[in-house]
Amino acid sequence: MSAPPGRAGGGGATLPTTGGTREHGHPTVGVYLRVAAALVILTVLEVGVFYVPAFHPVLVPVLLVLSAVKFALVVMFYMHLSADSRVFSFLFGAPLVLAVVVLVALLFLFLGALTLRGAAGAG
Amino acid sequence: MTHAAAAAPHTSMGVDSRKMAFWAFIGSECLLFGSLISTYLVYKGRSVVGPYPHDILNIPFTSISTFDLLMSSLMMVLALAAVQRGDMKWGKIWLFSTALLGTVFLGGQVIEFTDFVHKGLTLQTNLFGCTFFVLTGTHGAHVTVGVVWLLTLWVRALQGKLGPANAMTVEITGLYWHFVDVVWIVIFTVVYLIQ
Repeated sequence: MSAPPGRAGGGGATLPTTGGTREHGHPTVGVYLRVAAALVILTVLEVGVFYVPAFHPVLVPVLLVLSAVKFALVVMFYMHLSADSRVFSFLFGAPLVLAVVVLVALLFLFLGALTLRGAAGAG
Repeated sequence: MTHAAAAAPHTSMGVDSRKMAFWAFIGSECLLFGSLISTYLVYKGRSVVGPYPHDILNIPFTSISTFDLLMSSLMMVLALAAVQRGDMKWGKIWLFSTALLGTVFLGGQVIEFTDFVHKGLTLQTNLFGCTFFVLTGTHGAHVTVGVVWLLTLWVRALQGKLGPANAMTVEITGLYWHFVDVVWIVIFTVVYLIQ
């Protein structure tokens, strides 16, 4: 079974660098450094937003989006899911979606209602 | 056929079996941490006695811990890249750096927990204390396992038993370490920033 187009198999030796990815599908050191810079900037933004009163009405959605972007960057580039077999994406994504669905269901069940300003119903 | 496809393992699914098993493990860990985070959120704001989150959570201190863990993830991918290209000198340096940053994170967690206990927050104090310590403590236990794992790899590298042929071992270690990192990304937002 060959790997899907643009996606490497789950293992294999390292071959010469081409463009933004090495031949086995892993990003180059330059990409790793750019992702690290993005993660630091996003973290600074998160903490900055937390301390700026003007953002408080939209604090929760903004923080959740920033957190999701950081999560995706690490998973896609550091854990190589963007280049690896889709089998791995399924093995990670399916339980992740299930966990999020259970989380949202529990919040609706116990808190009654969710608002964009957070779990306001919790009191 | 591409080089990547040519290099794919000879398994029925064309992927490395160890890596597939480890992704399945990480999937199960998603459910574990999902349940702990759910529990924290469900009981959030229901403590009848203090201290409450806004009384004791130290955002600047935890931000530094978060930065430390993010940088450890960078060290980890640099270690993997070095091992894959056979540069074991830098492979050893990055592996040790990753373990060192992990240890610094754990030290920060010990300081934070000690401070909270001195301020009156324990597992038995209230719902916040119970859910907070269980969630962050479980994450800290995972970081501890990761540090031990990284140091084991570093020692094997020092003994000359780790090289490009074992790159998959380093990659799987990296998967674990990055997962610990992404869990902290969620905890930092949900527990510390969204109060």
